Amino acid sequence: MTAMVKAEGVHKAYGAVQVLKGIDLEVQTGEVFCLIGPSGSGKSTFLRCINHLEKINAGRLYVDGELVGYRQKGDKLYELKDSEVAQQRRDIGMVFQRFNLFPHMTAAENVMEAPIQVKGVSKSQARERAHELLTKVGLGDKAGNYPSQLSGGQQQRVAIARALAMEPKLMLFDEPTSALDPELVGDVLDVMRDLAESGMTMVVVTHEMGFAREVGDSVVFMDGGVVVESGNPREVLTNPQHERTQAFLSKVL
Amino acid sequence: MTDKFDKEPADGKPSAGVSKEGTALAPEAIKAIPVRHYGRWISGVIVLGLLALLINAFATAKKINWGAVGDYIFDPTVLAGAGRTLLISILAMIMGVVLGVILAVMRMSKNPVTSSVAWLYIWIFRGTPVYVQLLIWFNLALVFEYLNLGPFYKDEMVQVMTPFMAALLGLGLNEAAYMAEICRAGLMAVDEGQTEAAHALGMSHGKTLRRIVIPQAMRVIVPPTGNEFINMLKTSSLVYVVTYNELLRATSTIGSTSYAVMELLFVASIWYLVMTSVFSVFQYYLERRFARGSLRQLPPTPWQKVKANLISIGGRERGASA
Ligand SMILES: Nc1ncnc2c1ncn2[C@@H]1O[C@H](COP(=O)(O)OP(=O)(O)O)[C@@H](O)[C@H]1O
Ligand SMILES: [Mg+2]
Repeated sequence: MTAMVKAEGVHKAYGAVQVLKGIDLEVQTGEVFCLIGPSGSGKSTFLRCINHLEKINAGRLYVDGELVGYRQKGDKLYELKDSEVAQQRRDIGMVFQRFNLFPHMTAAENVMEAPIQVKGVSKSQARERAHELLTKVGLGDKAGNYPSQLSGGQQQRVAIARALAMEPKLMLFDEPTSALDPELVGDVLDVMRDLAESGMTMVVVTHEMGFAREVGDSVVFMDGGVVVESGNPREVLTNPQHERTQAFLSKVL
Repeated sequence: MTDKFDKEPADGKPSAGVSKEGTALAPEAIKAIPVRHYGRWISGVIVLGLLALLINAFATAKKINWGAVGDYIFDPTVLAGAGRTLLISILAMIMGVVLGVILAVMRMSKNPVTSSVAWLYIWIFRGTPVYVQLLIWFNLALVFEYLNLGPFYKDEMVQVMTPFMAALLGLGLNEAAYMAEICRAGLMAVDEGQTEAAHALGMSHGKTLRRIVIPQAMRVIVPPTGNEFINMLKTSSLVYVVTYNELLRATSTIGSTSYAVMELLFVASIWYLVMTSVFSVFQYYLERRFARGSLRQLPPTPWQKVKANLISIGGRERGASA
């Protein structure tokens, strides 16, 4: 197996505030990798570094063997141009806690937008694919609805379809169910479970311990910008070794 | 872009009016005597009375020759003047909007040179009266005899800076400074998550701006831009000073030669009112267009409202007779 994501001593600071203090981890191709930890521990920040929405201050971050955001020549690093960064992001899908659907476009148009604008896919082809994807997430009949006419759970499933439309090799999920009413969480998790079964490599920040245990292949517990504990979710979540992990799990379970 | 998501439609709730036995009974319609708003009636009568007095004062004023207003309202010179007012307003507004968008984007740029240039422009053009700016453009030939653009263009300044050019530059460049601030407010009102989502999909800065951010900013930008245009129609009367023959200049010229100064000012006012009213209606539909997707249901157009009222009245009568 090759590593889809490889982090080596990743540091990130906002001004004087150190948010990530040396993250080392590997996400294997095809696995579901869950990130858990208390609020403010740097989970979102790390996820955003993976597709270069944030610049890292030290360390190295690779996606599919390629350095994220930089080019290395000898021992010098060169920043990539905006267009090259955009090129790297094409292959990485991201799903946000707050959905971030485009409110002025219908569900289908949301899904069609990037393939048309970025990949130059024809409109009819993009439309066809959008309907396939919306059907796959259980929203075949909502293609013409604007986001404001959809429930939170439906919006998040459209957001997943939108990310999938770019045919990514890696999907990042940042607390995809945290903004949802409890009865809507299941639908979104079902879609993610299907996606995991289809072999997609997924990095999932979540508070859904049930999902992590059942679907996750690895889990990492982060606290204060460092990885505290990692391993198989069935082991880490049922029998945590570290005190901080135990304290966190006793609160969320 | 706030918590629109939380507002779930509250359906599925048991409806009122179901009796204990489970059979649905229509609840008795409420017949209550509405609150009487005496204050509204009294103030309405007072206002109407004052209005009648005012109209009467003007209508019966012996020194106003109302016939002249009728004579000149469709005078070709007046119509040509109104046409020029419309033309210069539209062109200056287009110039203002295009430059304004560019300045707004420049102002928000990460490049300090670009953002400072935009800041400086806005500082100067917003900080001086448009009247003065018009005069400066008009008198530019006093300091620059020639307009020399190197190998591309060279001509005498008096040839270039016609009344039309002075009017267009004066109004358009000034408007750009105001539009820049309006556009900037609109761009900043768009949730940052929108830009992030677009970037995460691999869209470039330019495409993100054009396809995602600007269309959403329009909802914030269009209403004040409509106001700016209505203002522009009126402010364009200032280009009188650079001898551009727009509505006010056309009517004033006739007014002073035909000894009907006040009458021709009324003629001008009527045309200004017609133009501003037409554009107010246009603006209403434009705002409606850009509200798309932000509301669950678009508000009805005035015509749809009238139709709905007619239908509901008809329906009630039919229901009563049945
Ligand atoms: N743009 C930012 N500027 C300054 N501080 C930030 C910014 N984004 C996040 N932080 C800080 O970084 C820390 C980690 O945030 P985050 O990665 O969102 O945590 P998590 O997702 O684990 O809750 C928090 O203390 C937060 O306040
Ligand atoms: Mg977070």
